[in-house]
Amino acid sequence: MEYLIGIQGQDFVLVAADNVAAHSIVKMKQDQDKMFKLSDKILLLCVGEAGDTVQFAEYIQKNIQLYKMRNGYELSPTAAANFTRKNLADYLRSRTPYHVNLLLAGFDETDGPGLYYMDHLSALAKAPFAAHGHGLNHRFILNLPSFSVRLIDKDGTHDLEKLIPVGAK
Amino acid sequence: MAARYDRAITVFSPDGHLFQVEYAQEAVKKGSTAVGIRGKDIVVLGVEKKSVAKLQEERTVRKICTLDDHVCMAFAGLTADARIVINRARVECQSHRLTVEDPVTVEYITRHIATLKQRYTQSNGRRPFGISALIVGFDCDGTPRLYQTDPSGTYHAWKANAIGRSAKTVREFLEKNYTDEAIATDNESIKLAIKALLEVVQSGGKNIELAVIRRNQPLKLLESKEIETLVTEIEKEKEDEAEKKKQKKST
Repeated sequence: MEYLIGIQGQDFVLVAADNVAAHSIVKMKQDQDKMFKLSDKILLLCVGEAGDTVQFAEYIQKNIQLYKMRNGYELSPTAAANFTRKNLADYLRSRTPYHVNLLLAGFDETDGPGLYYMDHLSALAKAPFAAHGHGLNHRFILNLPSFSVRLIDKDGTHDLEKLIPVGAK
Repeated sequence: MAARYDRAITVFSPDGHLFQVEYAQEAVKKGSTAVGIRGKDIVVLGVEKKSVAKLQEERTVRKICTLDDHVCMAFAGLTADARIVINRARVECQSHRLTVEDPVTVEYITRHIATLKQRYTQSNGRRPFGISALIVGFDCDGTPRLYQTDPSGTYHAWKANAIGRSAKTVREFLEKNYTDEAIATDNESIKLAIKALLEVVQSGGKNIELAVIRRNQPLKLLESKEIETLVTEIEKEKEDEAEKKKQKKST
């Protein structure tokens, strides 16, 4: 029932994620933030197995910060995406794979906006628009209570108004 | 006598010395001076820049390094050893954030570095780290902190301290001049650090590198122009002081 979407614009990336944390048919939490700030201009959106999502995303987040401390500058979105993919791939053929689907959105000084689609089998694709959804054909479930929306541009990450679908109560 | 007890560091001498650790402290005394000042809303680190060879890039040997957004350190001694310690400290800062969801306190990371150093004074086949470190930063509650570690693995909190070559002279200067007035404002604290370094650094502002952390702000390295301006201010103040003293004497 989780849903992520990202759209790359001329000089920005727009991303949205739903806010429900559910256990089968029970909505445990309706204000779950599924976006993780990797750096000032990179966001990682993460859905999948409960527990794996936060564990993996936070691990990547701290490693990106460590790179910044060690080297004095931040990783570019491309580098961050490849780093994430490599980690996911390494864990895939271990006893403890992470079952997570990701979108990585970022803004680079030289390359501009970038959106990367990554799935639990560690496939990585740069795309102008991407989504992770529920069901075989990645259906966009509309009656989720709310969606967090964020924008990344040259000035960093901006929170936009939460989307509350009318009729979803 | 020392000769028999200074090969392996895990061996005490009959009069209770760990000679390798003491020799490591000697190595520290050979390094270029570093000074740390804890102000009210600012912490200042100043280091003596070693003059570079003619053909070498002046991109400064970074003696002041960030460990995390709110903590940084300067060191005196073996640069290569420092690199290892700094790396481990950086990893620990992020590891702490991952497990505890809170940034490290300055005391915690100092304790971690000191424990690391102590481990190397008590194991076989390894020599101690030949560095002393000055670790500065702000805790979550906004308190400024300054800690010093040495090769033996001890650490203490200080209001102001110096390490490296001529540390004694600088420390004596600080003992005389570290007053509440001297650290009343951010600018005064910075000037105190420069004054302390000028005691032992030849040729003034060009050989000083200065960094400050203000509460809730990341580390800021001062540009050489800013340092020059402050040095000129300090020299002017000194002249004014000398003038006043002369006038007092003559009246």
